[in-house]
Amino acid sequence: MTLELLPPGLVLMAGGLLLLAVRGLARSALLLLLPLLTLVLIWQLPDGVALGASFLGNDLTIVKADRLSRLFGTIFAIMAFGWGLFALNQPRSAELAGGYFYAGSAISVVFAGDLITLFINWELMAIGSTIVVWCGGQAAAGAALRYAAVHILGGVLLMAGIAGEITATGSIAFNAMAADTLPRWLMLCGFLINAGAVPFSAWLPDAYPEASWSGMAVLSAFTTKTAVYVLLRGFPGTDILIYIGLAMIFYGIVYAILENDMRRILAYSIVNQVGFMVVGIGIGTEMALNGAAAHAFAHIIYKALLVMSAGSVLYMTGKRKCTDLGGLFRTMPLTTLCGIIGALSISSFPLTSGFISKSMISEAAANQHLALVWVLLAAGSAGVFLHAGIKFPWFVFFQKDSGLRPPDPPWNMRAAMILFSAICIGLGILPGLLYALLPFPVDYVPYTASHVLSQLQLLLFSGLAFFLLLSWLKRTLTITLDTDWFYRRLGPRVFAGLDRVADSLWQSLAGGFATFAAAVNRGLHRHHGPEGSLGRSWPTGTMAFWTTVMLAAYLILTSI
Amino acid sequence: MSNGEHDHWLVRPQSIRRLWIAFIAILALLVALDLVVGHHPHFGIDGIFGFSAWYGFLACVVLVIAAKAWGALFKRTDTYYDA
Repeated sequence: MTLELLPPGLVLMAGGLLLLAVRGLARSALLLLLPLLTLVLIWQLPDGVALGASFLGNDLTIVKADRLSRLFGTIFAIMAFGWGLFALNQPRSAELAGGYFYAGSAISVVFAGDLITLFINWELMAIGSTIVVWCGGQAAAGAALRYAAVHILGGVLLMAGIAGEITATGSIAFNAMAADTLPRWLMLCGFLINAGAVPFSAWLPDAYPEASWSGMAVLSAFTTKTAVYVLLRGFPGTDILIYIGLAMIFYGIVYAILENDMRRILAYSIVNQVGFMVVGIGIGTEMALNGAAAHAFAHIIYKALLVMSAGSVLYMTGKRKCTDLGGLFRTMPLTTLCGIIGALSISSFPLTSGFISKSMISEAAANQHLALVWVLLAAGSAGVFLHAGIKFPWFVFFQKDSGLRPPDPPWNMRAAMILFSAICIGLGILPGLLYALLPFPVDYVPYTASHVLSQLQLLLFSGLAFFLLLSWLKRTLTITLDTDWFYRRLGPRVFAGLDRVADSLWQSLAGGFATFAAAVNRGLHRHHGPEGSLGRSWPTGTMAFWTTVMLAAYLILTSI
Repeated sequence: MSNGEHDHWLVRPQSIRRLWIAFIAILALLVALDLVVGHHPHFGIDGIFGFSAWYGFLACVVLVIAAKAWGALFKRTDTYYDA
């Protein structure tokens, strides 16, 4: 094993485990410094293979860097820092350790140069994230188990695909592929499960909102965006991704419109946003792939910001349902402002990060003359403003007066939200900063009069629709059934039914056997019991009689 | 809480009316700007006057109706899985 540089992901993972051992100031220092150290290590990575190792006769590439992996590594490290700051006052060290382990393994996936390294880190990521969900408390235990089960299924598909790919090609390299063989389809399915693709999206709104007030912020960033990264590298230009992405966009909108729990609204909107990225990957041109990568970068920050503002509300009030919330802008002005900045960014409002990233995907669709895709993406953008851009801040911070008067959260949580708000606006004003990091050269100007005007029209008229239809959007104490119904309700019902059938079969079998056994017993008792004809003791006279009979028979037989 | 004079200015009926007026004025201005700003339509449909405005509005109405329909079939009380 040749060690040239420290693997950045491994540093964050190992450092994260250290968090379990330290307390107080040391813990805070570690939380803030680890991601910064990771970021420095990422920026020092040269292009190409930086670290190799040998494992079971395979030459593994533990760390390999290029523009795409550095982009994702950078945003993952920034995200880890923002989350560390936000979660500084989280008393559960296990959640923090799990969070950094999870973030570190996501960074390791991004720098993995071969399929085996990728798979190992993919699974470590599932372990880290399950721990974070688990730390959400007693109510989260069931969700954590379901989350783990879904990701183990995804891991099995991925492993089967990787094994098949290595057998077929003899190479463990991870390069762009076409989905043309069974192993590659299996890998694609494994990736898509983590991306939250329809119909495997239900795990996300099931698990993430059950994490703690801080836990959901770290969860929102890594699993789905690591999946976006591997799709970008492994399956660019795969047509079916366009349709899967569109399905995710509208699934997210419809479910978020119907949802009452503010954190589940945000969970559905993760699926919606990843849908835009998946569409970009499916289109597959340089502009589309740039757009998908840029949107992943921007999305991590504004989604974390939204989840942090919701986490702050949960932390201060203990409430998650829109029906219980409202009017918080009075006493939580900073949280409200940061939530609005996140909401404007997710809606691609001009001067925010979403505006400069998402529009590249639409532009790429237009350049490829994909009219239907372009029209649906525009409808999706309007829907984003509807379900996340206005709905989230409106129902949480304005709406009615809930009577709640909580103050803004502690300083570290405020600082994290301010930092991420600044990045959202900073990228919106200076898109060049992000464009310089993208995998391909950027030939795109987001700020044209035409583009700004169309976007403002699209968004503000969506806003008009929201307020005109407000009575139809009133929140009720309901959830909407999703595909997790199959394993949360139908599965258990089927098993309970099978159990009843088996039970009654057993009952009748056992009953029949008991009747039979009783009959046998009675028969035996009649013939062999104390009163039975075969059970009686025989008098000596009888024996003498029969002996005489036998002797007589013998005499007769011999004399014949 | 009441909507009286002592509450936050943002929730007073008078402020809300003013906000609506400002909002509608901005909407009208945005559509009017379409006369001045030249667009470069990629397809036929996006060349129609005020495309983004009416399309955004229509898309949201359709999405809300679609969500209502979906909800009519699949909505359950939020204690559904607790039972």
